[in-house]
Amino acid sequence: MRALRAVTARRRARSHGRAHAGATPGDVLFQSLSAAAAFGLLLLLALVTLILLLGAGPSIQTFGFSFFTGAVWNPPAHPPEVYGAVPFVYGTLVTAGLALLLGVPVSLGIAIFLSELAPPWLRVPLTYVIELLAAIPSVVFGLWGVFVLAPVMRDSVEPAVQSVFGFLPIFSGTPVGTDVFTAGVILAIMIIPTISAISREAFLAVPQTQREAALAIGATHWETTRMAVLTYARSGILGAVILGLGRAVSETMAVTMLIGNRNAIFGSLFDQGQTIASWIANNFTEAGPLETSALIELGLVLMLVAVLVTVVARLFLTRVLRVLEVTE
Amino acid sequence: MNVKMQTQHLSAWYGSKKAIEDVTMDIEEHAVTAIIGPSGCGKSTLIRCLDRMHEILPKTRVEGKVLLDGEDIYEQPAVAVRRKVGMVFQKPNPFPTMTIYDNVAAGLKLGGIRDPDELDGRVIRSLKQAVLWDEVQDGTGKSGMSLSGGQQQRLCIARALAVEPEVLLMDEPCSALDPIATAKIEDLIFDLKKDYTVVIVTHNMQQAARVADWTAFMYLGKLIEFGRTRELFEHPREELTEKYITGRFG
Repeated sequence: MRALRAVTARRRARSHGRAHAGATPGDVLFQSLSAAAAFGLLLLLALVTLILLLGAGPSIQTFGFSFFTGAVWNPPAHPPEVYGAVPFVYGTLVTAGLALLLGVPVSLGIAIFLSELAPPWLRVPLTYVIELLAAIPSVVFGLWGVFVLAPVMRDSVEPAVQSVFGFLPIFSGTPVGTDVFTAGVILAIMIIPTISAISREAFLAVPQTQREAALAIGATHWETTRMAVLTYARSGILGAVILGLGRAVSETMAVTMLIGNRNAIFGSLFDQGQTIASWIANNFTEAGPLETSALIELGLVLMLVAVLVTVVARLFLTRVLRVLEVTE
Repeated sequence: MNVKMQTQHLSAWYGSKKAIEDVTMDIEEHAVTAIIGPSGCGKSTLIRCLDRMHEILPKTRVEGKVLLDGEDIYEQPAVAVRRKVGMVFQKPNPFPTMTIYDNVAAGLKLGGIRDPDELDGRVIRSLKQAVLWDEVQDGTGKSGMSLSGGQQQRLCIARALAVEPEVLLMDEPCSALDPIATAKIEDLIFDLKKDYTVVIVTHNMQQAARVADWTAFMYLGKLIEFGRTRELFEHPREELTEKYITGRFG
């Protein structure tokens, strides 16, 4: 027994040492190439940030903090030239919030079905379908939105919502189909795959003993899901929602095609509006030098928000994994 | 013998694998019945059939009858059965996001009890019955996970007792605990039989000898011998039983 252990120890030492000491020229080349690729990525991120900062420089110098309080976007054709980000930040927050409001309950329903309710033979194919939905290009969602969703929203959904909730100012005005509400709906559809796939993972990570604990005190299937599964997986759900938020905030193409593109702070969801991403996409081709700089500053803001959201989501998701290790 | 539960020709499957075969035995009221046997003999499956916990896994199947007070539990709603037949599991499994108090109150709230005074009273009584009250009375608002392993298991016993079951099933409740915590649970089991009918699965024969009035010995899914604990250990009728309790296999 001891001899065997000595042999494996020696073998382990040898194979361990190979990476460092007795490396062949091929190994060295391979290692440096892959290291270069990895560090190149870091460099790229740093460069992108730097370029954005440099590009935004003139705008930052000219407008300073008033860029974040101004609601006017005046290109040189209508002097004085002044740029403010408020309507776009507002539009981004409202559409993303609406997407979460509509998308999260549906996603959780899907995830619960996939992990708790669906018969085993249905789980795998359905999971693939959900993942497939995430692979549909954004512009295709946009096309579908323009030709299918927007008319339906205009003719059926929005009038129906209005007939019930029309007394609320956020549902006032004439439904046009290509508006903030439709943009929120398309975003909700687009974030459903992300949120439901990750929530499903979080539910599957809930130990079976937790479900048994709830069943043993007389909980029904739904009560077990609520008590043992949803509560146990709550930080995982939060991580999934924040990742979805990240996608909703930075999504460009489909929103640009559906939101109606109007630079204003809208009061009703049936108004047309703008997000940071859609405004950049719509304006960079014809922008003058200072306007370009202002657009780049918008881009910088969007990137910072998206990075922040992703980091926070990761924090939540790793905490889930750590909690699991402790209780397992 | 005053029979509380009874299995009649009970068989259970996982997929095509038969885990227990044709088990017929009586469970005496206000007594402790132990089920012993080597790993894989079906003792956990048997106890999980007694509160319809076997069927929650996919592709499982049960045949035969399990009577509780003379009525087949497989003809009653599973949720109702599990409120009359509580269960404590191998590894302590408190709800990690809940406080000690909420863990014990969880089953009561499911049963529709909302009155804070009644909840308080029953939570405290259950914690006392599980001999945990003295250790947690200053901090029932703390997380259940802040307790030691043995305390967590007694918390799970309190949670099971709170819904006032008639029978308490324990599936190797001490296998994850140290000897001191085990001794506490064993004392507790001895006290519990005044108010409850207890069935305990254990791989520890000494434990069965210490706590049980009746012992069932299972091997390869079959009930080999069932009798008074003392008789079974001192004068086993079956050769297999004798071999097992004298440590010659298992």
